[in-house]
Amino acid sequence: MIGKLILIAIGSAFINNVVLSQFLGICPFLGVSRKVDTAAGMGSAVVFVITLASAVTAVIYKFLLVPFDITYLQTIVFILVIAALVQFVEMFLKKKMKGLYQALGVYLPLITTNCAVLGVALTNVQKEYTILEGVVNGFATAVGFLIAIVILAGLREKMEYNDVPKAFRGMPIVLLTACLMAMAFFGFSGLK
Amino acid sequence: MKKCFERLINGLVKENPTFVLMLGMCPTLAVTTSAINGVGMGLTTTVVLIMSNIIISMLRKVIPDGVRIPAFIVVIASFVTMVELLLKAYIPSLYDALGLYIPLIVVNCIILGRAESFASKNNMIYSAFDGLGMGLGFTLGLTCIGIVREIIGNGSVFDIAIMPEGYEPLTIFILAPGAFLVLAFLTALMNKLKMIKGKDTGITGDCDRLCRNCPNTLCSGRSAQRKAEER
Repeated sequence: MIGKLILIAIGSAFINNVVLSQFLGICPFLGVSRKVDTAAGMGSAVVFVITLASAVTAVIYKFLLVPFDITYLQTIVFILVIAALVQFVEMFLKKKMKGLYQALGVYLPLITTNCAVLGVALTNVQKEYTILEGVVNGFATAVGFLIAIVILAGLREKMEYNDVPKAFRGMPIVLLTACLMAMAFFGFSGLK
Repeated sequence: MKKCFERLINGLVKENPTFVLMLGMCPTLAVTTSAINGVGMGLTTTVVLIMSNIIISMLRKVIPDGVRIPAFIVVIASFVTMVELLLKAYIPSLYDALGLYIPLIVVNCIILGRAESFASKNNMIYSAFDGLGMGLGFTLGLTCIGIVREIIGNGSVFDIAIMPEGYEPLTIFILAPGAFLVLAFLTALMNKLKMIKGKDTGITGDCDRLCRNCPNTLCSGRSAQRKAEER
């Protein structure tokens, strides 16, 4: 039991890293990775939202969609639940953690359109995980996202002073960095 | 008629979602392992985009402003579910190839972005053409990336081998790192072309300085800053 959970966790945090091998959540990965602090903040917000969302969606799927035989509505139901959750997290941060809220203000509503959140909820259903396995999978996936975005932000901070060819300034050089990171993470697939 | 045509060109060239706006990056990177997958994903998104634009523009006077985003999401999610079921029934090969990325069309920023910035302000015909233009622009972008990756990574285009006999395919191009690599070089090429034309890069045309509602996360407020400086 524990062994399976650990396998799921390592699998989704490193081997099938959500950003670098599944390409989910690319927008915040590229957009909010200028500074390490904001990247870490965004990453933590995502960890919180994804873990919560995978728990809630798993419960809804098991006790609402399956008994009433309306599993084909999963996409609509999940996205609405996630949108509501994000709203809640935003309100919570606004009240309790002003500093983080100001740093992330613009990006928080965008977690709704962060495909990683919906992606995890759908993967949990697809792979027929139990609720506990789903939560572990969600948490590990989000930690994978946090690791990736913090590493990229660190690299970007260093690159700020480098002499990059003009055409590669901005997005292209970030994509190239991501490419090298993807190659490094590709090495984890040997762990299987 | 002229305006409809202008919407088409706008989506295909001027505001091409892949190369200019850099929206919808997740499917762009994930499904472009071959040209045919790129076309399939692009056309599926186009259908959803046209239908949701039509419905949202028809309902634009009914939907209250405060709950418009959830309302848009429900409309989009309904169409995505329909398209998903249709693909499962009639084109199972494409359904298997695209897998998880079909339901994820719901969170494609292009669709919500167009609903918010165009369909909720314009009439049905224009919105439909805007959806068609944006969708075809997206298809074009995905197909270009898919073709490049398939030629280098597999030595073929649309499953027809075109490279000479002794060609050793560089498999990394159809794996995850190749996606980032190809997109990096294509956007660098785009930047180069824009520099020759003398335009600035990474900043999009219509910006209403409300970053909170803006789907373009890659701009990170630069357009707004520029607009403010101009005033």
